[in-house]
Formats: sequence, structure tokens, C-alpha cells
Amino acid sequence: MTEQATGAHHPQPRARGAAPHSAHPAERVTGAQSLIRSLEAVGADTVFGIPGGAILPAYDPLMDSIKVRHILVRHEQGAGHAATGYAQATGKVGVCMATSGPGATNLVTPIADAHMDSVPLVAITGQVASKAIGTDAFQEADICGITMPITKHNFLVTNADEIPKTIAEAFHIASTGRPGPVLVDIAKDALQNQTVFSWPPQADLPGYRPVTKPHAKQIREAARLINEAKRPVLYVGGGVMKARATTELRILAELTGAPVTTTLMALGSFPDSHPQHVGMPGMHGAVSAVTALQKADLIVALGARFDDRVTGRLDTFAPYAKIVHADIDPAEISKNRTADVPIVGDAREVLADLIVAVQAEHESGHKGDYSDWWKQLNSWRDTYPLGYDLPEDGSLSPQQVIERIGELAPDHTLFAAGVGQHQMWASQYIKYEKPNTWFNSGGAGTMGYAVPAAMGAKAGVPSATVWAIDGDGCFQMTNQELVTCALNNIPIKVAIINNGALGMVRQWQSLFYNQRYSNTVLHAGDTNAGQGSHTGASKTPTAGTRIPDFVKLSEAMGCVGLRCDDPADLDAVIAKANSINDRPVVVDFIVHEDAMVWPMVAAGTSNDEIMAARDVRPDFGDAADD
Amino acid sequence: MSKHTLSVLVENKPGVLARITALFSRRGFNIDSLAVGTTEHPEISRITIVVTVVEELPLEQVTKQLNKLVNVLKIVELEAGSAVQRELVLVKVRADNETRSQIVEIVQLFRAKTVDVSPEAVTVEATGSADKLEAMLKMLEPFGIKELVQSGTIAIGRGARSITDRSLRALDRSA
Repeated sequence: MTEQATGAHHPQPRARGAAPHSAHPAERVTGAQSLIRSLEAVGADTVFGIPGGAILPAYDPLMDSIKVRHILVRHEQGAGHAATGYAQATGKVGVCMATSGPGATNLVTPIADAHMDSVPLVAITGQVASKAIGTDAFQEADICGITMPITKHNFLVTNADEIPKTIAEAFHIASTGRPGPVLVDIAKDALQNQTVFSWPPQADLPGYRPVTKPHAKQIREAARLINEAKRPVLYVGGGVMKARATTELRILAELTGAPVTTTLMALGSFPDSHPQHVGMPGMHGAVSAVTALQKADLIVALGARFDDRVTGRLDTFAPYAKIVHADIDPAEISKNRTADVPIVGDAREVLADLIVAVQAEHESGHKGDYSDWWKQLNSWRDTYPLGYDLPEDGSLSPQQVIERIGELAPDHTLFAAGVGQHQMWASQYIKYEKPNTWFNSGGAGTMGYAVPAAMGAKAGVPSATVWAIDGDGCFQMTNQELVTCALNNIPIKVAIINNGALGMVRQWQSLFYNQRYSNTVLHAGDTNAGQGSHTGASKTPTAGTRIPDFVKLSEAMGCVGLRCDDPADLDAVIAKANSINDRPVVVDFIVHEDAMVWPMVAAGTSNDEIMAARDVRPDFGDAADD
Repeated sequence: MSKHTLSVLVENKPGVLARITALFSRRGFNIDSLAVGTTEHPEISRITIVVTVVEELPLEQVTKQLNKLVNVLKIVELEAGSAVQRELVLVKVRADNETRSQIVEIVQLFRAKTVDVSPEAVTVEATGSADKLEAMLKMLEPFGIKELVQSGTIAIGRGARSITDRSLRALDRSA
């Protein structure tokens, strides 16, 4: 990972976004030139976007910039997700740009996505001229009003003089504290007018003071509880990754000997292969991880937010556990589950202080003994490992495809996923050993995330192999960005897990809607082709969907298209895809449509009701336990 | 259910009120009353919000979310006992030669003022706590209320301390 050029990811109170840059003398420029200079000064090296009327002035000086690379995407949604993929792969702030009206509204989904997953993003949009604002002018939309609930903050700039200050503030807000998206809407006349550019600008954020340093007394109390507990669990969320605290996490975990569970947003923050890793928690988490939280007497939540997908029915979640909750966002603490020890602070500082405090406890003779706990944890882990059955008809199993992609991937491969069954299998069957190698839409659950996010990650880290694990439904939402990849030398690899259905929805229909497959069928099947999306499933196992023909479609977009429907060919096809590095590669993996994601905690039920597989509820020895 | 009065100091910038009111509705809270104005410092506005809180949604969540808004400088909850709370009401009451003097008597009892008189109506201005104004309106109701307008509650803590001091220092530091 490259070092953050855009300034303090580690929040320091009042730190400016552009430390490494020396002051520029004031000079006369247009607002548009001032914008591009500001982006250069703040360290933005890659911008994803599409020009249009209101933002057009900015694109003229952008053409001359040698520091800022603009990647012309095919849809603004792609620009937004690419910027978040870039941000997560590099640790820098992702930047996307669009024009007013529909250009800006097409950014709404990726902005909401970045907001839910706390990804540092700056979205720059053109706005109609300041005098036209409020007149329903051509391509006018109140994008500040629209994005108010889904941004960390947003700005409307109508005065060219305010551009450098606003850009500096936007990058500072996006990257410090709890990271998130910031939108800067700039009126066309502000881009056209003459102004003076000087850098660094004056700071003016009196109401923005993220707390990063944890309270010493709370840290001591947490350390005391950790050593007092018999059944502790470290519940690690995306905040640990964002704070770059994975080294500290490992030290604390090994110092305490406590089990670690990493959420969907935190995969890779603690090595999957580590003996203390008990798996991912949540709706499709490992039985060992879900049960560890349910039976724990202490949960130490680090940069995690007790999301409903993790807790299941909240009032039955972890009934025996005391909660230590550390988060940089005070509003997360006790939002869903009341914390016994609340700690507001940056995860890295919290972990560093906790290590010292736990060591002090150990030195004074208090060390937790978790040996009985590990006996239980190991028995759950051994009895209910993740697993899948291979289809009897000899067709490809989607889990096997994803597992092999992970196993055959070169070192330092980055993975992006869409949303649905393939996402969950990618979280379960690919082993994540390093931080910032797994990108997905966790909170928002945005279908279509994978291709543009992979594009952004590859643009940010060109030396890495980047695999997008996508579904045939997701792929049809954003695949046009493969054109962008082909034309801009961004050779990503895409695995389409093609089951011819909206698989996760179909799984719910199988389990909860009497196998009535209303509008989840994406293939023509053996029913009337024209009625494909209306009618039920075919009786015979499908062969994925061939409409569109993903191989031909990919070739038409300048990619190499491959297809695989035989397990015997699987490794060879993946190896071939791995060997092509001059163009994007798309592999259409035709898989069985009846495969399901297990384990599963049905929505709205208790984590105690986890099903290891269909009709298989693990035996936790509850009779003796309760 | 309980009522709470929040004083929110914000930067005096366009759109800030919208950010705050939208946050309340987005997080499931209903605003009972709202009053906004500038303070002794022109760059700071003060928003007084009265909100009814139900048990399932603790007020703490909304104040924490409010604190995250970049334009919010400070939030103080003003307890009824340690703060002065006032509302203003203007009410147009039906009045004729027979009832006018009775109305004026009620107005005096509540230390209110008549601010406009016409042959058919009297307009009364009154300030006070919500309870006092409610009592006065109850007395005036039998005469016939033609029109009523009420301000949001404004509130200020008792004693010498000021809630704007520290926020101002933050403002100075950033400038």
C-alpha cells in the first residue's frame, strides 16, 4: 500500500489535508484552474468522472494537469464506485467528478455506499451558474439537498475564491475521524470567474473536532475486563482497517490469547489462517464465530457497529456478554447495544493503549485463562467448518469456483465482490491474510459494485492482480466499465458466477416463499424465452444465462472472454485468466442455480437459531448450558 | 415520553437549519417547537429545539448525531429548573363593546398586552412559559379566537455562565 499522500488518515485534531506541500504564492487564475491546482496540492492523483455542461470549465485545465490522471468512465455510478475501490486499495481519498443534474444524481448510489462503509471519498459536481440556482435551470438538481443524509458533509461553492479552502476542508473531513464521503458542488460561474490561488488555505472548521485519543480510565477498565473474562471475543470491524491498526490488533490478540472474529468489512485485518481467528460473524458467518459471540462473557468491539446483519435479533444477541465498545464515532457507541465500557478514539490509539494496559495487568499477575473457552471454540470450529457439497450432476459448484480463484491467485491479489450469494461465498472461501485486499459493499449492499470498484483498485495499485467476483445479475448493472478498463489499460479480471438467477433473492424464495421464484430468473430456461423474467424455475438445472452471451459481450468491450462449465477445466481456465495481463479478462463460470449460502441466520431471528446447513441446527449442548 | 429543550449553537451559514431539522426526522424524532436567531456573535446562530422523546429512541442518539454535523458548534440541554423558557403568542380575539373590557381584564391578569383594537376584535401579545400561555388562551377561548400565531420556545440558562464562550474560542482558533 502506498503512503497516504492526501494527508492524515490518522486523525490529528486540526491537521490540514496537505502537509507535504509548500506554500504557493498567490496568483491570478480562473476558478477552474484553482480547482485543479487545489486537487494537485492536496495530493489527488486519480479522478474518475464524466464531463458535462456545468463542470466543463474544470475539464479544460484538467487536460493540462500532469499530476492528476482523469479516467473517463461510462457511467457516473462507475466513477463513484471506482473512487471507493481506489480509496480502499490505496488508503488515499478517492475522487470522482460529474456534471450537474443527472451527472450528480448518478453519483448518489456510490456516495450512499461510501457513507455506509465509511470510505473516504470526495465527489466534485458542477452546478448551474449561481444566478440560475433555484430556477429549475437545464440540468439543475439540488445535489447538496439530495446528498445531505448520505454525506459526512457537503459544500455548495458559488464564489471562486472559496475553492481552495473548500477542497482542503473536503479532503480533511473525508479522511479524518470516521472517514466518509464529502460532496463539493461548484457553480459554473465560480469555475469561470477570475480568482487568486494560494495554498495552503486558512482552516475554518470550528465545529469539526474528531476525538482520537481514548480515555485512559476506560482503557484500564477494558484491560481489567479482558483479563477477568472467561469467554472473551475480539469483535473487529472495518474501523481497525481504516485506522491501519492491524499490526496492533495482532499484538493485542496474541498478547491476550482471545479469539478474534472479523466482520465482512474487516476481512484481512487479522489473518484468516491465524489459529485465533474463529471466522466471520453474522447472517452468513461461521458457526464458530456466531456462537462465540452468543456465548461470550465479554465482547471487545473495535471499530465495529453491531450491525443487524451481525447481531441478528438484537434483544437475543450475546445475552451473557459485557460490552467494551471502542469507536471513533461516539454516535455508534450504545446505538444498538449498550456499552458497559465506552471508548471513543481512533482504533490504532485504542489498541496501542490497550496493549500497554493489558501488559500492566499481566505484570501485576492478572492474566485471563481462556483454556476452557478454547476447548469449546475448537469443538464448534471442528464440528461445523465451512463447507459445501459438489453438485451430483457434475456441474460447477460456485463455492468451488471462488475457492479455486482464491487459491490460484498470485500474491498480493485484491478482490472485489458484488452483492449476493457470490459475495458471501467470496467472503467465506477466499482466504484473506492481509489488510486492504477485500472490497465489497457491506452496509449498503449495492449490486453492481464489483466491476467499477475493481477498476478503481487496479488504477490505484497497478502492480496488483485484481479479481472482481461478480454475479450475473450484478454484472449486468455496471459491466460497461469494462470498456473504461480496456481503453485505459486497467486489466482487471472478472469472474461471473453465472447461475442465471438473482441467486440470493432466489435462496430466500426457496427458503421462505415456497419456491415461488418471482422475478429472480435471469435466463430464458426451458420456459418461454420472452417470459423469462416472469415464470418459475426450470425443472432441470440451468446452464446459467446465455442472454446476454457474456463471452461475446466481453469481447465486444475489448476484453478477453472465457467460459467454464466443467469442473475438469476449472484450474486451467483460472490459470489462463491469471496469465493475461494486457487486457481485462472476463470468465463466465456456469454454475448450479440451487447452491445456497450456509450457514445462515434468517433475517429477524436470533443468532441462536443459526442453521449450519438446510435443516441442520448445530448442537451447542444448550440443555447443559442454559 | 418526556420533553427536552436543546440549545444548539451553529455556524451562521446557509442550509444549516435544513441539516438539523432533516436529521431529526431522519432519526425518527418529532420537533415540537423550533426557534432560530443570531446570537451576540453574528457568525453564530442559536437554534432552540423542543423535542418529545419516547423511550425506545433515546435523545442521546440524536444529540450525538447532531454533534457530528460539521456546522454544529455546541449542544446544551437546558433543564426546566435551571433555565428560563419563553414563548411569544399573538392572538386575535373576537370582541365587541360588551366583551372588550372582560378581555382586557384577562390580558392584564396575564401581564399581556393589547397591541391592536378594532370594533370586532382585539389583538393580544403575550410572552411566558408554555403553561402560562396555554392558561391564558383557555380564558380567551370562550370569546372566540379568530387567529393565533405562536413562536417556538427560546431558552437561556440561569446564572452568570454563558454557553457561547467556549464555542467562540473554538471559532477564534480556527480563524
